[in-house]
Amino acid sequence: MTHPISHSPSLWQRHQIFEKNSIILVIGILIAISIGGLVEVLPLFYLKSTIEQVDGIRPLTPLELTGRNIYVREGCYNCHSQMIRPLRDEVERYGHYSLAAESMYDHPFQWGSKRTGPDLARVGGKYSDDWHRDHLRNPRSVVPASIMPGYPWLEQNLVDLSHVSDDMAVLAAEGVPYSPEMIKAAISDAKTQGSADDASTATFAKRYPKAISRDLGGNVGRLTEADALIAYLQLLGTQVDFKLYDDKANIR
Amino acid sequence: MQDHSDKKANEKAGYGTTGHEWDGIQELNTPLPRWWLWTWYASIIWAFCYWIAYPAIPMVSSFTKGVLGWSSREAVIADVQGLQTLRGPMTAKIEAASLADIEKTPELLSFARAQGAAAFAVNCSPCHGAGAQGSKGYPNLNDDDWLWGGSLDTIHTTLQHGIRWDADKDTRSSMMPAFGKDGTLKANEISATADYVRSLSGLPTDKGADLALGQSVFAANCAACHGDNGEGNQDVGAPKLNDKVWLYGSDKALIMERITLGGGGVMPAWSTRLDVPTIKSLAVYVHTLGGGQ
Ligand code: HEC
Ligand code: HEC
Ligand code: HEC
Repeated sequence: MTHPISHSPSLWQRHQIFEKNSIILVIGILIAISIGGLVEVLPLFYLKSTIEQVDGIRPLTPLELTGRNIYVREGCYNCHSQMIRPLRDEVERYGHYSLAAESMYDHPFQWGSKRTGPDLARVGGKYSDDWHRDHLRNPRSVVPASIMPGYPWLEQNLVDLSHVSDDMAVLAAEGVPYSPEMIKAAISDAKTQGSADDASTATFAKRYPKAISRDLGGNVGRLTEADALIAYLQLLGTQVDFKLYDDKANIR
Repeated sequence: MQDHSDKKANEKAGYGTTGHEWDGIQELNTPLPRWWLWTWYASIIWAFCYWIAYPAIPMVSSFTKGVLGWSSREAVIADVQGLQTLRGPMTAKIEAASLADIEKTPELLSFARAQGAAAFAVNCSPCHGAGAQGSKGYPNLNDDDWLWGGSLDTIHTTLQHGIRWDADKDTRSSMMPAFGKDGTLKANEISATADYVRSLSGLPTDKGADLALGQSVFAANCAACHGDNGEGNQDVGAPKLNDKVWLYGSDKALIMERITLGGGGVMPAWSTRLDVPTIKSLAVYVHTLGGGQ
């Protein structure tokens, strides 16, 4: 037996404790990864430059929040990102690059990483409600070459608002500024937003400035999942007024 | 016996074992390939240089900015400005010239058409079709049958303010009343009027259709917008009903649906999304597709 490596207690020798005990190895790996992770993640919580100061960002309305949950449930993020990167070609096509502030109330955010379809970060106001409804039912009816799947059940299912106040309460615990009053009025606010000329539109608008409120589905009195999803899509990217936003002040 | 074969392997390889031994099985201490090791060292050096050159390490109140002073947001602003400088002279000419002059100047026309085609593909084709051919509810923009007018100026206005786009206060807003839903017309009147509308463009009507009733209902309720003979009215966006071009379709059922539900198609306003030269280019592009007036 030849052992060319010497047997004095070197670093390599002491390393044997990891190689010979799987539990100690696992603990060692966990500690090493945690240090790496914490160094990357923790500073983002205390550095002020992580999220820029901009006007206009409000939390989602109950109906938009419900729409967002449907967006997540149906897996739209598998094909659509919501993140316009600061690259010339993206800014040319989709508009101003996304700001961190624009997704600060999203838990979890929907930045995504896969673009089978176009980015949706600024799709709000790009199409009519009618177009979205046709497109969600059967994308081929408006875009003949589309490979997006149809979601015809969305306009058949009535929207389920039974959990929306719980959702808002959880988000409030995570730091989204939902007041107790907003949480209490969740269901009626959702109904107000989905109908035209509702008597409580004014109080709704006070709680959620600049929120659209109209008959989204063209079917009075029936609030469907498609309506909620469309309310959410029509909001995307419309909250910050980029005519007033100062790019130079937020260089980083 | 095992010892013997191990020794042979070691001799053959020309280097030792790691010293580990499990039940007499030993592990050869094969050195890493040279090329791999040097690539590894090089990437470590690269990483250090990168830390120094670019924004990298979080500190107490900020982060190291890197000696190059690079920032992604500054870079994209510079990139976009570069593009604007490149296009600047032409864009400025487009912005300054009247729509009619753009069309008369070959240099401006070809630039506007190229810019218009690119903007059309991103913003308009999902509704109007890749070739502007339209589909049910979305008008064909190649033909000379216009809802709101096919002159450069009317097209430009349509683009700026959209159609029935509530967020824009200057939007084109007139709508067809919901004659059936609101109970203004009875079912037999709607059916007779639909037949009469089909007869205006020479389409066959149902057997026993009451065209006389249809005609009188039309004169009383529809002619104000669609014209006495269904010739349409661009001031209120009411389509011609006496031609073979249909926005929703010529089936009797579709015409009855229209009379019952009324309403009108919605198009977003573009002045908040696109800049002035792009909208002008789009107007010229649409106008020169074939149907411009
Ligand atoms: C299999 C991938 C796929 C999935 C899943 C998918 N999409 Fe799409 N989507 C596409 C593609 C491809 C397009 C481009 C063609 C078109 O407009 O239909 C598109 C286009 C769109 C557009 C138009 C974007 C624009 O700017 O033109 C919207 C809005 C949209 N999708 C919403 C959704 C929503 C909401 C969901 C989930 C309910 C969803 N998509 C799920 C692939 C997908
Ligand atoms: C959300 C779908 C949608 C999008 C996107 C859209 N349009 Fe339209 N457009 C319509 C509808 C619907 C009408 C017809 C409205 C009506 O019924 O009066 C229309 C009408 C028009 C008209 C008037 C046609 C006429 O006969 O008078 C023009 C011109 C036009 N669009 C050009 C454009 C251009 C250029 C773009 C891209 C910048 C665009 N549209 C994007 C839906 C859309
Ligand atoms: C206030 C004006 C107004 C009146 C009154 C009116 N219409 Fe219309 N009509 C319109 C407009 C505007 C449209 C286009 C709808 C759109 O753009 O989506 C239209 C569209 C139509 C269409 C669809 C045409 C196509 O190309 O598919 C039919 C059919 C029609 N109207 C029939 C009638 C009949 C029949 C009456 C009377 C019972 C009537 N309209 C009364 C304004 C009017």
